[in-house]
Amino acid sequence: MKRPNGAGRNAAIHDYRDTRIFTVRAISGLVIVFLLTLILVARLVYLQVLSHEHFSTLSQKNRVTIYPIPPIRGLIYDRNGVVLAENIPTFHLELVPERIHDMEATIQQLQQLIAIDEEDVTRFHHELQRKRPFDSIPLRFRLDDEEVAKFAVNRYRFPGVEIKAGLTRHYPLGPLMAHVVGYVGRVSEADLKRIDAVNYRGTTHIGKTGIERSYESLLHGKVGYQQVETDVLGRQLRILDQTPPLSGQNLHLTIDAHLQQVAVDALGGENGALVAIDPNNGEILALVSTPSFDPNLFVSGISTTEYQALRTSLERPLFNRAIKGQYPPGSTIKPFIGLAGLELGKIDEDSTIFCRGIYFPEFRSQRPYRDWKRHGHGYTDLEKSVVESCDVYYYELAYRLGIDRISSFLARFGFGAPTGIRLPGEARGILPSREWKRRNRRQPWYPGETLITGIGQGYRLATPLQLAVATATLATEGLHLQPLLVRALEPPDSNQQTAQQAKVINRISIIDPYNWSTVKHAMTQVVHGPHGTARRIAQVEYRIAGKTGTSQVFGLKKDEKYDAEKLAKKLRDHALFIAFAPEEKPRIAVAVIVENGGSGGAVAAPVAGKVIDAFMRSEGE
Amino acid sequence: MQSGYSSRSAPRGDTAPPARGLAVRLHLDLPLLVGLLFLSGISLVVLYSAGEQNPDLIIRQATRLGIGFAVAFAIAQIPPRSFQYWAPWLYALGLALLIAVLLLGEVGKGAQRWLNFGLFRFQPSELMKIAVPMMAAQYLAGFHLPPRPRVIAVASLIILAPVLLIVKQPDLGTALLIAGAGGFVLLLSGIPKRLIFSVLGLLALAMPAIWYLMHDYQRQRVLTFLNPEADPLGAGYHIIQSKIAIGSGGWFGKGWLNGTQAYLDFLPESSTDFIFAVLGEEFGLTGILVLLAGYLFVVSRGMIIAIQAQDCFSRLLAGSLTLTFFIYFFVNIGMVTGLLPVVGLPLPLISYGGSSLVTMMAAFGILMSIQTHRKLVAS
Repeated sequence: MKRPNGAGRNAAIHDYRDTRIFTVRAISGLVIVFLLTLILVARLVYLQVLSHEHFSTLSQKNRVTIYPIPPIRGLIYDRNGVVLAENIPTFHLELVPERIHDMEATIQQLQQLIAIDEEDVTRFHHELQRKRPFDSIPLRFRLDDEEVAKFAVNRYRFPGVEIKAGLTRHYPLGPLMAHVVGYVGRVSEADLKRIDAVNYRGTTHIGKTGIERSYESLLHGKVGYQQVETDVLGRQLRILDQTPPLSGQNLHLTIDAHLQQVAVDALGGENGALVAIDPNNGEILALVSTPSFDPNLFVSGISTTEYQALRTSLERPLFNRAIKGQYPPGSTIKPFIGLAGLELGKIDEDSTIFCRGIYFPEFRSQRPYRDWKRHGHGYTDLEKSVVESCDVYYYELAYRLGIDRISSFLARFGFGAPTGIRLPGEARGILPSREWKRRNRRQPWYPGETLITGIGQGYRLATPLQLAVATATLATEGLHLQPLLVRALEPPDSNQQTAQQAKVINRISIIDPYNWSTVKHAMTQVVHGPHGTARRIAQVEYRIAGKTGTSQVFGLKKDEKYDAEKLAKKLRDHALFIAFAPEEKPRIAVAVIVENGGSGGAVAAPVAGKVIDAFMRSEGE
Repeated sequence: MQSGYSSRSAPRGDTAPPARGLAVRLHLDLPLLVGLLFLSGISLVVLYSAGEQNPDLIIRQATRLGIGFAVAFAIAQIPPRSFQYWAPWLYALGLALLIAVLLLGEVGKGAQRWLNFGLFRFQPSELMKIAVPMMAAQYLAGFHLPPRPRVIAVASLIILAPVLLIVKQPDLGTALLIAGAGGFVLLLSGIPKRLIFSVLGLLALAMPAIWYLMHDYQRQRVLTFLNPEADPLGAGYHIIQSKIAIGSGGWFGKGWLNGTQAYLDFLPESSTDFIFAVLGEEFGLTGILVLLAGYLFVVSRGMIIAIQAQDCFSRLLAGSLTLTFFIYFFVNIGMVTGLLPVVGLPLPLISYGGSSLVTMMAAFGILMSIQTHRKLVAS
């Protein structure tokens, strides 16, 4: 009701009621104020009377300082218990700025004793900006014995400077595991945004790449705290209270360091990648990308020049080819296309196509499509097409299938999608289709592009890891697993391991399971048949099924410089090989790529052969 | 308006002029003035110790307090009717300035709060601390109490508009204070208890939903905010140190200038937000009880002024301003003793500096105006 203007009996009653309402509310308010104040008093009585003793102790000569105790980072082992990442005790030089009167002079005097370069000083000043009171800030990491001794003698000259013992991450196998394990580095501003900063108090390093990054939360553990009493000079007298940190979990990888070494040796200094998987459980046995780098460089801070050298090297050592490198799969795709043909009824085991080294498509075409063998393979059935890698057979088969059916069939093997491996930055490859081309290139699909898709060229790209996963899926007749890198987690001080299982992505069911054996048998003939393209790696003890591939490298980009030696190498084809063994009951599946290696059969197959052989021999023992 | 019916406002006879002392003629409310002077005295004493006996600090704080009292005195001269008349204009000006701050304000400490007028910088949210309760009171006083749902809805809009603008700056602490000041006006106006409880219930229900929608790291930050001791080197460092300071004070404290925590720099912000810990260490529980008595005296006097006020507008405004003052010292002491999360609120009238000191004294000026213009309205 709107308050009426003017007086009257009604207004008087309303005013009386207004006053009453307000007075009741105001007095209730005042009562609440007193009650809440009573809570404050109760709290103060608790602090000042009941806990007086406790706080009095803490405040006596009150120099209680709280230090974080960083947790010990979990170790990383290979599948046989070989240490891949450990923490070794080291000494570093730390400064407590509150206790240093002239920072510049102190640093200059320190520089006369110990090698401290400008980058150390810059980083030090940067960290000075975001420190808390009485934090000590590291100036130099990993002092050697001589430097420690030198400083110890001169210590009296440097109040507020101390040598701290700490643990530094170390990778004993160096470059061998760099692309799998990755490395840790100093916690950066960007890192702070994606982590819980509280849990990283006192932690100086954080996983930057590889397992170290993707399993960071498990490896790191939980921070602890220490309340320490110090004297006037800041020396620690005794520990008053302590919350111990919780160490990170140890990781047991699926990788076999020995097999990894065999693979690196087999690649023999070429640029390339190799992935070996146990097809039955998805465990990755080896994941190699060459060339590699020494991850230990990054732990204590890599110098700018060294980093630039790694970054700009034409060999791209920092690039993990196994999961990020995307290559045309070439002829290694043929067994999968062949299976698609059988499955979709476009061919059967015995149907033949006549190959005379050149293919004229039914549609109007600018050019004929050539086979790698100039005079052709003659009458060719599926097995011969795989064994001799006949291109014409697959031009025709691809034409019959059509691009969309090819792509949707290959998608079931994981092509065109990340495999889900727990490593940062995995590439997804390209599985082209009409829809894909319309979206990404804004062009219609041309029929000729379907033909070259049949031999793994054109837009199609796959990572070595995708090829290995697809091969493993073929080997197990349809068990498509998410590749697994960590087979067990081990909580600190427990000696109990929790095993990890690979996730089943898909169980490919096909209409006629016999088709699997048809294709697998053809692949066995690639290695063991008289005309096989990889017959040089055949062993007597067991049978390998494989497929070679050679993928074209496209011409130089316009602005690339002409460099005769490098150009020649760069123009050469990539050599590929996929394989699994033994044929009957596969235990290992491998995919290899040797960049600019030339022929798949001559270059890539022997690499895989050595790895498979090493694996089979160690299994046999 | 009310003269004929109110027994309070009709002294002895109509012919005799109301008995008025010098204080009332100067529009000063003596009890309130005494309370404020008492608290200011405590401020200077504690600050002398907390500021490491720096005389400059004391002189600057005394000057600020002096300016504060001058503002209170000046505002006390304005009759409440003028506040009521100007409330919408003041409120509209405040809103315009808040929008201006968002569009062209200066960024300081990561938030846009200031308007630069060349000679001085001005924080429009300070103005709103008074303009919002004033406007809400003015609006609600236009209707009979208790307000009807539609009136409550409009009043809520009046309060929420500036609050949202301030949240956007972002200055969550001030936004909550202003929401509180407006909310007190509504509570005092007698809105149904059912409504109060259902709003509280709704807020409680919304918490898990918001919690569910948050990312892990955001949850972690909220947890640290609620439980700073989980982070003993960041937010928790303040709390641990201030608890040590207060706890070690005991019954009677270590004596003036004998506190160790602030001197040794263990206690951060000892002159500003955490000055209460210095008081607790040096004067003990006794000193704290004296301070609390001073605060409660001021709050009680404010509520008496509100209850005695003769019109609805004055009552609501006086009550709201008084309760907001309570919130200041309750939240600050709760934070310093580790009962409440750490939010940057100063201890009112005691902490060094603070742009809010002038605003607070202006509010006390309004209280004095309401009290001392009372009898003039009545006649």
